[in-house]
Amino acid sequence: MNDFTHKLEVFFKYFIDYENYKIVLTGLRNTLVIAVCGLIIGIVIGSIVAAFKVAGSRSKVAKVISYIGDAYTGLFRGTPIVVQLIIFHFIIFRGSGINTLLEAVLVFGLNSGAYVAEIMRGGILSVDIGQTEAGRTLGLSYTTTMFRVVIPQAIKNVVPTLGNELIALTKDTSVAGYVATMDLNAAFTAIAGATYDYLVPYLFLALVYLVLVILMTVMIRQIERRMRKSERR
Amino acid sequence: MKDAETLSAAEQARSKTKRSKFAKAKKTPVEAVDPEALIEVQHLTKKYGALTVLNDISEKVYPGEKVAIIGPSGGGKSTFLRCLNVLEDPTDGHVFFEGNNLCDLKVDINLQRRRMGMVFQQFNLFNNMNVLKNITLAPVHVGLQDLRKTKRKNLWIRFCNLFRSAAKKKPLYPIQTSKKQIKEDAEQNAMRLLTRIGLADKASVYPSTLSGGQRQRIAIVRALAMNPKVMLFDEPTSALDPEMVGEVLELIKELADEGMTMVIVTHEMGFAREVATRVLFMADGKIAEQGPPAQIFGAPQNARLRDFLSKVL
Repeated sequence: MNDFTHKLEVFFKYFIDYENYKIVLTGLRNTLVIAVCGLIIGIVIGSIVAAFKVAGSRSKVAKVISYIGDAYTGLFRGTPIVVQLIIFHFIIFRGSGINTLLEAVLVFGLNSGAYVAEIMRGGILSVDIGQTEAGRTLGLSYTTTMFRVVIPQAIKNVVPTLGNELIALTKDTSVAGYVATMDLNAAFTAIAGATYDYLVPYLFLALVYLVLVILMTVMIRQIERRMRKSERR
Repeated sequence: MKDAETLSAAEQARSKTKRSKFAKAKKTPVEAVDPEALIEVQHLTKKYGALTVLNDISEKVYPGEKVAIIGPSGGGKSTFLRCLNVLEDPTDGHVFFEGNNLCDLKVDINLQRRRMGMVFQQFNLFNNMNVLKNITLAPVHVGLQDLRKTKRKNLWIRFCNLFRSAAKKKPLYPIQTSKKQIKEDAEQNAMRLLTRIGLADKASVYPSTLSGGQRQRIAIVRALAMNPKVMLFDEPTSALDPEMVGEVLELIKELADEGMTMVIVTHEMGFAREVATRVLFMADGKIAEQGPPAQIFGAPQNARLRDFLSKVL
């Protein structure tokens, strides 16, 4: 136990006296940026891919795009995110001098897009076919009906699942350090490396993630409630 | 909105919008189209796998007619109605609306559907929009689309005019409307229609708070907002509580009295007898008997029809 209090002391000395809280704050910011921006990119990509997957039987162009979409989801869901990060860092963005944070945002966005595509597809399929038919009989095109009527309702249906995705994504960002992005995990790992002790920093890391996730859960529930409420005015 | 409309009417004549479904061209050759008929169906056949739902139906609907379709369930009534605006793609045969072949993939189906209102059994109001938005969505979208198209055309003409001599310059399409104007017009029209059915105070509520009867009346008004030439009703009262059937039928009757052409699939025999100018009895994918209501209900010839009427009346 004595040993543990000593470790705590050392940790706090490094954390506060040596101003390591600064990198933790940067890490916190980066983690949030990656997770939130990644999810937004993911939702955009996912919606489009899902729309084409749903529309796949309608036209040849949509069919081709839906095959590309299948390949995309297969590829990004089928490989670990670390591998994707490294491939993007060392092959695709090689020598482009792109900001590593931006790079991480892009990779996480593409990765979550693959998951969101399937979530959105489920959401779109859960919207009553009558809604599409009503739109079509009014003379709106399939695309317009999709974007004005079906997808807004699909989003409402998938908010809980998207919240799940945000939480998973937040914790997945802990591998962003592989490409030299200063995220939460990398920040605490740096402290751990400096203090030669992994236990205490990682316990604190767990605590920070836990608090983040709880805050997100509350936020998602609020959004969900507000969305449901707007329908019953 | 007028100018944009005339443009789209001109475009309609040579509408080449691709409707690239995997749907195959129909085998039956096109026969001469009756120029008088609003909707003409030629040898319409619809099959789901081995099941033949519609079997070689030919029929015409003239302007001003109110056609009621009755018959036992599974007889193909709804499928027939849905084929009229190609919600169901027919397996074979042709459907003509104002002389345009809706089964022809080169015809822009969206332009044609704007002139055909449809009302569903399950109302199908857009759940994510309030009542006013439900009604104005299509008119505003169509209006803005036409406006954009006209502007695009004008831009091209203006560009071409740069290279034309002064005498040969082409005139621009006149634009006398704006985004704001289109929205205001649509909203005014929607409010007028809502006032007519006595639901003006519900303009800003969402469909989930309304009763079935109110929803169905709004669904009818939504279709009317596009100024359709024909209204298709797919069992409009079948999903309603008995006490709400009356208000919806009342509205449909009003429309009929105003001279709207309509095709109604219904189980309300009294209503069909009162409103329809012609009744079609459909059974086993065929129109087994048709005629004025007095004849269908008073002196039925077909054995199936007699059997059916004895059960429902």
